[in-house]
Amino acid sequence: MKAHLSRRYLFSASHRLHSEAMSAEENQSTYGKCNNPFGHGHNYTVEVTVSGPVDNQTGMVCNLVDLDGFIEREVLARFGHENLNTLSEFAQEVPTTENLCIQIYEIVQRGFPHAHLERVRLEETMMNSFEYAGKGL
Amino acid sequence: MVYLTRKAEFSASHYYHNPDFTPEENRRVFGKCNNPNGHGHNYTLEVTVKGEVDPRSGFVVDLKQLKEVMHREVLDAMDHRFLNKEVPEFLHQIPTTENIAIAIWQRLASKLENAKVHRVRVYETPDLFVDFYGEA
Repeated sequence: MKAHLSRRYLFSASHRLHSEAMSAEENQSTYGKCNNPFGHGHNYTVEVTVSGPVDNQTGMVCNLVDLDGFIEREVLARFGHENLNTLSEFAQEVPTTENLCIQIYEIVQRGFPHAHLERVRLEETMMNSFEYAGKGL
Repeated sequence: MVYLTRKAEFSASHYYHNPDFTPEENRRVFGKCNNPNGHGHNYTLEVTVKGEVDPRSGFVVDLKQLKEVMHREVLDAMDHRFLNKEVPEFLHQIPTTENIAIAIWQRLASKLENAKVHRVRVYETPDLFVDFYGEA
């Protein structure tokens, strides 16, 4: 039987929303407070959903130790307590939560072999969240 | 089609152990969850049913009936129980959150009138949950 397993993780990071393709006025009108040149931070919650058949021997879709270890190593250690604008992932794109959500999806999709990735949901605050389930979805 | 979700909570203990594994294998695969004395969680159950809105009642499903079925079929059997020892499904199957979600689906699916179960979601903690959609 196929089940979906979701796990939530926390990390904190700072960013500034600013596009080189826009004028100073345009940046200000598009991003508002988020355009503050000194940046600001959030406590992000990332919710990773994987799916697959429930293994007869273990009763699991995948071992949480594997998932936790992967996310800790590849996502939390990469983005936690960083200024996102300084990272290579965001050298060419604005570190909006949309783009961060896609980056995290791509990392898990590329590197986690133990279950199928369904989606990544990223909460920037308690009041807003973003979901990415791959190209075309 | 309208989807309706009802929540319930239950508290239970469990442990993970596969009799086909060696003691070392059980410890390696299941870690702390292998402690044979068990440990507990406050589970949150969300049952989502789907159906057309009845033109006379305006309901997808009678919430009172859904609540009664959830209580009778799930909470009476699992709340304040040691799942491995007291719930028939788990005498020979490991009570992981995955298997709990599947067992709850099977307990509810045939018991509801006029509505189909769409999803069973079981939270083991606020940061870990399983969804089962009845997929083979």
